[in-house]
Amino acid sequence: MPEIIPEDSVGIVQPQTIEFDTPLELACGRVLNQYHLIIETYGELNADASNAILICHALSGNHHVAGYHSAEDKKPGWWDSAIGPGKPIDTDKFFVVGLNNLGGCHGSSGPNQINPDTGKPYGPDFPLMTVPDWVNSQARLADHLGIQQWAAVIGGSLGGMQALQWSIDYPERLRHCMVIAAAPKLSAQNIAFNEVARQAISKDPQFHDGHYYEEDQVPKVGLMLARMLGHITYLSDDGMREKFGRELREGKISFDFNPQFEVESYLRYQGERFSTAFDANTYLLMTKALDYYDPAAPYEHDLAKALSQASCKFMVISFTTDWRFSPERSREITDALVEAEKQVSYAEVDSPQGHDAFLIPIPRYMEIFAAYMNRVEADIPAGNNEGGA
Amino acid sequence: MRADLEIIKNWVEPGSRVLDVGCGDGALLQHLQQQKKVRGYGLEIDHDNITCCIEKGVNVIEKDIEAGLTSIKNDSFDTVIMTQALQAMHRPDQIVEELLRIGKECIVTFPNFGHWRARGYLAIRGKMPVSKFLPYTWYNTPNIHFCTFKDFEQLCVERNIYIMERTVVDNEHRHRWWIHLWPNMLGEIAIYRITR
Repeated sequence: MPEIIPEDSVGIVQPQTIEFDTPLELACGRVLNQYHLIIETYGELNADASNAILICHALSGNHHVAGYHSAEDKKPGWWDSAIGPGKPIDTDKFFVVGLNNLGGCHGSSGPNQINPDTGKPYGPDFPLMTVPDWVNSQARLADHLGIQQWAAVIGGSLGGMQALQWSIDYPERLRHCMVIAAAPKLSAQNIAFNEVARQAISKDPQFHDGHYYEEDQVPKVGLMLARMLGHITYLSDDGMREKFGRELREGKISFDFNPQFEVESYLRYQGERFSTAFDANTYLLMTKALDYYDPAAPYEHDLAKALSQASCKFMVISFTTDWRFSPERSREITDALVEAEKQVSYAEVDSPQGHDAFLIPIPRYMEIFAAYMNRVEADIPAGNNEGGA
Repeated sequence: MRADLEIIKNWVEPGSRVLDVGCGDGALLQHLQQQKKVRGYGLEIDHDNITCCIEKGVNVIEKDIEAGLTSIKNDSFDTVIMTQALQAMHRPDQIVEELLRIGKECIVTFPNFGHWRARGYLAIRGKMPVSKFLPYTWYNTPNIHFCTFKDFEQLCVERNIYIMERTVVDNEHRHRWWIHLWPNMLGEIAIYRITR
């Protein structure tokens, strides 16, 4: 547990679950008649609901973005480094909303939740979600919270893709869009990695075609392999060399297949931890949402044309050693925004941490983040800069 | 507002699309946004300058100009501006060509190495000029391709670049009537408005 909860933390937070009963039409053609979203909020919504920030999560993220669930919690929410009093997303100024996306496994409707039609977990029958589907559900959430226009929609990686989609699908409902370590669509290499991860899961004998809940089993090995593979793509070659090198745990090689190099035991530990904390069906669904993401497709595959719908301002950030979604991919987004004559700034942050960098409070990254958030604050309509309803 | 920036402002159409290549802390773009309602972007590589631009609400794109501007389409901008950076480029001629490709017209400013003080420094001391305005020594200067007004105009002739307007100011960016008597000798900063 944190000895004392730090002053710049949002403190102890509590999730809440919101039920929706207006049917949600999905890209796959199916309809979710009723669903629920689990969310967390930090800070105070101002009188005219103009200081709200939506945080979109990435592949394995959830609604627990900042703070602690209890004093016994070992770790805070996944983006605690950026959110809290005095942090770049300052909860003294902004009302911050985090949610678990549909299809997730942390409390929103998804494969591991009960299907009201059958009384059993959805399992593999939960519909495949797309980024635009998520954005539609997030717009319903905004309606529920009384937020007509977000001060900003912010996300990293798959979360950045949702933020970008927001700007295209609901241009009038956000003033700023922050797209961090993202890409305008996946490359063949990205899809290939996802497919290996999916195969690892679905070929696990305990997967039972996704109906493992009934068998009281978990495809632990498959999930672990998927996570290990994913983790390699989140780090950079340099970062791994720096962190692990060829260090041996026991100081010498042992001529067997037990983990001997530090990097082996690190990956095993990460995979192991993930395999008990995450749901295999959700992992499959999330990677598919990534693969399918292509906001330019409905606009003759012209990203600038897609983004010409937008009316918000943009901040795009990438990290030099990120090879999962390299700076080149963020430059594609930036170039398309310039071509579409949108307001955009772009920064490329030096960091050895690869794709993971977007979660790490690198000084220059936090400086840019804070500078941009000052602009977001400046664009809150006058007279409503105070928190509290 | 510095005099050279004031001159540049007068050469920019209200509401036009402007790219400031090497935009520094974004002061010029901010001024143009406020006074001329331009839709502008700056290209910059210095980290502190980039943060300054973001603070000001100036669109800034982190980019190494020397690595090329190929991602920007032809005639994307009404005016492309480059202030006091041409002399720091590896191939100023290629940069000028690029600026004219992406912009309908360009405004370029650079220090005039034909100024009497520079001439005098080299002639009398036999050393590369060092001044308050150009404080670097030859081995650590970012300014690797100095030219004079005459040199620049010769480049324009060779490359079929049309000089729409030009003017000169002193190193405090002030207009002085006498500078115009012999610009290449008396002007310290050249300001050119060029097109194809």
